[in-house]
Amino acid sequence: MAKLNLKSIKKSTRDQFITIAMVIVVYIIVQILVATGSMSSLMQGLLVPMCTYSIVAIGLNLCVGYLGELSIGHAGFMCVGAFSSAFVTKLLEGTITNGIVLFLIALCAGVLMAALFGFLIGIPVLRLRGDYLAIVTLAFGEIIKNVINVLYIAKDTDGFHFAISNGNAIKLSDEGMWLINGAKGIVKIPHLSSFTAGVILILIALLIVYNLVNSRSGRAIMAIRDNRIAAESVGINITKFKLMAFTISAAIAGAGGVLYAHNLSTVTATPANFGYNMSIMILVFVVLGGMGSFRGSIIAAVLLTLLPEVLRGLADYRMLIYSIVLIAMMLFNWAPKCIEWRQKLGVKFRRNAKKEAV
Amino acid sequence: MNFLSYLINGISLGSVYAIIALGYTMVYGIAKMLNFAHGDVIMIGCYVTFLAMSGQGIHPLAAVIISIVVCTLLGIAVEKIAYKPLRRATPLAVLITAIGVSYFLQNAALLLFGADTKSFSSVVTLPALKLADGALTISGTTIVTIAACIVIMVALMLFIKKTKAGQAMLAVSEDKDAAQLMGVNVNATISLTFAIGSGLAAIAGVLFCSAYPTLTPYTGSMPGIKAFTAAVFGGIGSIPGALIGGILLGIIEILGRAYISSQLSDAIVFAVLIVVLLVKPTGILGKQIHEKV
Repeated sequence: MAKLNLKSIKKSTRDQFITIAMVIVVYIIVQILVATGSMSSLMQGLLVPMCTYSIVAIGLNLCVGYLGELSIGHAGFMCVGAFSSAFVTKLLEGTITNGIVLFLIALCAGVLMAALFGFLIGIPVLRLRGDYLAIVTLAFGEIIKNVINVLYIAKDTDGFHFAISNGNAIKLSDEGMWLINGAKGIVKIPHLSSFTAGVILILIALLIVYNLVNSRSGRAIMAIRDNRIAAESVGINITKFKLMAFTISAAIAGAGGVLYAHNLSTVTATPANFGYNMSIMILVFVVLGGMGSFRGSIIAAVLLTLLPEVLRGLADYRMLIYSIVLIAMMLFNWAPKCIEWRQKLGVKFRRNAKKEAV
Repeated sequence: MNFLSYLINGISLGSVYAIIALGYTMVYGIAKMLNFAHGDVIMIGCYVTFLAMSGQGIHPLAAVIISIVVCTLLGIAVEKIAYKPLRRATPLAVLITAIGVSYFLQNAALLLFGADTKSFSSVVTLPALKLADGALTISGTTIVTIAACIVIMVALMLFIKKTKAGQAMLAVSEDKDAAQLMGVNVNATISLTFAIGSGLAAIAGVLFCSAYPTLTPYTGSMPGIKAFTAAVFGGIGSIPGALIGGILLGIIEILGRAYISSQLSDAIVFAVLIVVLLVKPTGILGKQIHEKV
């Protein structure tokens, strides 16, 4: 049994090892399937979104599972990552021809911008707790979306042109190019995302979060989650560690946004892609996969992205099922009757196991 | 004159926010939870009124009463099924459940009523009021909205001050366990709070849709979140606070839309929320609660 062999290793290391191995194994299997042509083009089209959602779910899980604060504005950070990276790509498209270098620069830009926004938003937001924090993250997500929709940036031989809310104010020369065109967003983004890039980003994100949660800082973050007052009284700097977790969480969501933007040729800030619904969908991945389990987040993101495509008839009911999953998971975990029932079931199982052993 | 008409529109929109905010503030005061689904109860109320009026040809007033009854029952059902088992759970679990319920109502409405936009015909048939030789027009809907808000506020204050059930609500919001020891039926009181909040949501929804007549399954979520902002602004848990917060927010939104940018009006409202939470997290009329170890 693999479990016995791994028992000698520390539990957290084992957990990390299994997750990373799982991602790599899935990657190899998918590559074999693609190479042998046994994967439909529809499924291949889903590979990058799966990676995107996994990455954002890892980011949100850090915030919800370890920091213990609910953010329903993570789609906003995704949006920042997507737009700033696509902006950089459009800008440098002519000068840098190597796709990988271009993607790396765009990635850095997207992640840094998302981290910056996470940091700036985190400073005021993290003074709040619980319901207030959730609603303010939601408000920030909406503000980011609103502002991007009225932002016009263009470039021509005269240099850059900026306008807010009135795109007609910009008079472009013939060879001019729109970088961000208000509600029309950014168009003609080069297709730089790939499944390989997505998997590499997942692995990097996993390494970052696992290292963080198993470090001294990670333990401080969990202490704040479990008992804020006790943590404060043993000298943990609450603001610093909350801000740290929130910023990293936002940066990872931004990386997801980068992947998202470079998989589509057009990126717009509509409620459908960066709105409340996207934030909720990511939250469903985190809750279903288990708060605090990064492996669970990835599995849930992959399964829930695949399910509606595999079961076409269910596509209309997808969102309804998501909401029922959210409610059912919470009731299952917390309702007194469910807890009682689970304990009874646990006793039964143990008894059966004992009988078999005898 | 323009400014005055914006101001009146703002007060009218603010009155709707105030009525919705009452639902948030009462539930928050008693159950200590943010009922995310409140905005979607509004939407359900609008659909019920719409279907009763256009589908069955029922008189608008009767349609509104049916919608109030449906929403009240819905509010009680949501509380019993989703929130009651979680009374001792962590706040995070309750919040996620509330978001789940909100999402469930939206998507159930999407499947039941379709995604197409319905155009809601106003339930108010009162003629518009023309003042100052027609330079200032106040629509009938605006007058009814403001009047409804005042009536509801006064009735609710009297209910809480003068009746036994109202006093029980106060007691439960102050200290749940102590209230139970004094013989207050806590479960029934919480159910009553949800029932009143949801019934008010139905009224608010009908008034909102009479002023802004497009109805989709997502109609309720934005006013819902803004009304929560209003509740926080006025001080959560306080009924006069909901009124003040709601009306101020309505005025800010309409003036922002008129003088700053129509596309940024939502962003302005949310910016207000953030500023209020940072400067005075307890709101205008809220009480400061110190956390005990």
